[in-house]
Amino acid sequence: MAQIDTRLLREIAELEGTPKGAYNIRKNGKLDSRASTANIQIISKEDQPGIDIHVKPGTRGESIHIPVIITESGWSELVYNDFFMHDGLHTFHVGANSKVRYVERHYGEGEGTGARIMNPQTVVNLEKGASIQLDTSQIRGVDSTRRYTKVTVGEGAEAVITEKLLTHGKQFAESEMDIFLEGEEASARVISRSVAQDGSEQVFYPRVVGNSHCFGHVQCDAIIMNQAKVKAIPAISANHTDAQLIHEAAIGRIAGDQILKLMTLGLTEAEAEEEILNGFLR
Amino acid sequence: MLELKGITYQVEDDHGQMDILRGIDLTIKPHSFVVLTGPNGGGKTTLAKVIMGIVKPTEGQILWNGEDITYKTLSERAKLGVSYGFQQPPRFKGLRVRDILGIAAGNRNLSRDVCCQYLTQVGLCAADYVDREMDASLSGGEIKRIEIATILARSSGLLIFDEPEAGIDLWSFAKLTETFKDIHDKRDSTILVISHQERIINLADEIVVISGGKVTRQGPKAEVFPYLMDTIDGCSRGMSCGLLAEAN
Repeated sequence: MAQIDTRLLREIAELEGTPKGAYNIRKNGKLDSRASTANIQIISKEDQPGIDIHVKPGTRGESIHIPVIITESGWSELVYNDFFMHDGLHTFHVGANSKVRYVERHYGEGEGTGARIMNPQTVVNLEKGASIQLDTSQIRGVDSTRRYTKVTVGEGAEAVITEKLLTHGKQFAESEMDIFLEGEEASARVISRSVAQDGSEQVFYPRVVGNSHCFGHVQCDAIIMNQAKVKAIPAISANHTDAQLIHEAAIGRIAGDQILKLMTLGLTEAEAEEEILNGFLR
Repeated sequence: MLELKGITYQVEDDHGQMDILRGIDLTIKPHSFVVLTGPNGGGKTTLAKVIMGIVKPTEGQILWNGEDITYKTLSERAKLGVSYGFQQPPRFKGLRVRDILGIAAGNRNLSRDVCCQYLTQVGLCAADYVDREMDASLSGGEIKRIEIATILARSSGLLIFDEPEAGIDLWSFAKLTETFKDIHDKRDSTILVISHQERIINLADEIVVISGGKVTRQGPKAEVFPYLMDTIDGCSRGMSCGLLAEAN
């Protein structure tokens, strides 16, 4: 593997070299390498680009890595990756009482002026008692993103979605989300933290619909810097008297007293800013 | 030794020019424990911020151990051993207590044990706090005590605390005064505390009363303390109400 690939893999997936367990590494629009295990099968789709991942029922403690490496500019990726968890229903489907953690990281190097475009869509169906933790982070690197996430939450099921985003240069990022709380005691939490630097732009549309006795909480927090623009438009809709939905959205610059405080501890202004941003996006 | 010479600070507002500090001359002896006291709005916090470098004086000179630090930045002063605990410390989303202690100590790999020692000194049950975020989930009293712990972690030559007692419960306050006493007993640092609290004033070698932007009284505790007690009792002892305000 080339040195740049190794470094990118380490940043994205905290991987040193080739991952253990099931993996599928995609590089510049082509399959680079793949491995399946006894419990996890990765198969190429026949009708469209992408992969199907089948996880056998009862599988515990195994991980699946599907990093995508783009080293050449001008790539626009659209792949259809379907996860078949538990009993083989369609798309990113989490069967009754199953627990899944899905981590998606995008980390890029460069000045943010190229044309790396990524428009991922994630569709999740949570059956009774199932839970998913969706963690996505995109730190620089991607010049234009339109992300769409749709989650349908069943009875007693729980979705926790955390999004971390840092844009710079002339980057554009949009995150649109539809969460349907369908079942009794369904719950969802969305925590979005972002930093917009230089002349970049960010737009958030988290929407939560409560159709039952349910709980939903959306929290969008953004730090705005330089000439950046940030728009947060959360929407909560209740169609049931026992639906309890909350949204909080805040956009602001780094507080001056935070910088001052860290400078009194011996940091320079630039170091203080970096500490604050790193903490915020941790 | 800390020397302040003719420190003046003026601000412009809608009503014209206002003098916040009016030519403060003050010498703080090495390894002494000095309490700055006086009425609210008298200029104590501004003076502390001038020493730290958060506020730039309009006129005057600041010498720390003989070195002129008047034009040094905040970070430069911090590196020279000046530290300041904010009266109202800021909160940070995402930064944990251990991160801020690590930054303060200049060692990002500070062990859990060492973090715990600093927190215990300010009366916090350390294990519960090390991994907590420095955000709005902490109460005012908790954030204030963590602030004081960061100053202890600095192990600086000059420790400035701005109303450390504010918002702190009685039990933690007892622990805090004990900690101040311990630091002073070691005679490694000069301690400057802005306070109105009798138990802290009692620890002092010297008391400085600041009012209306000037030093109105300065001297050993034995000399100045009775004067403070007199003015606290106020009008009943025949003092004018203006003097009462000076020491509350």
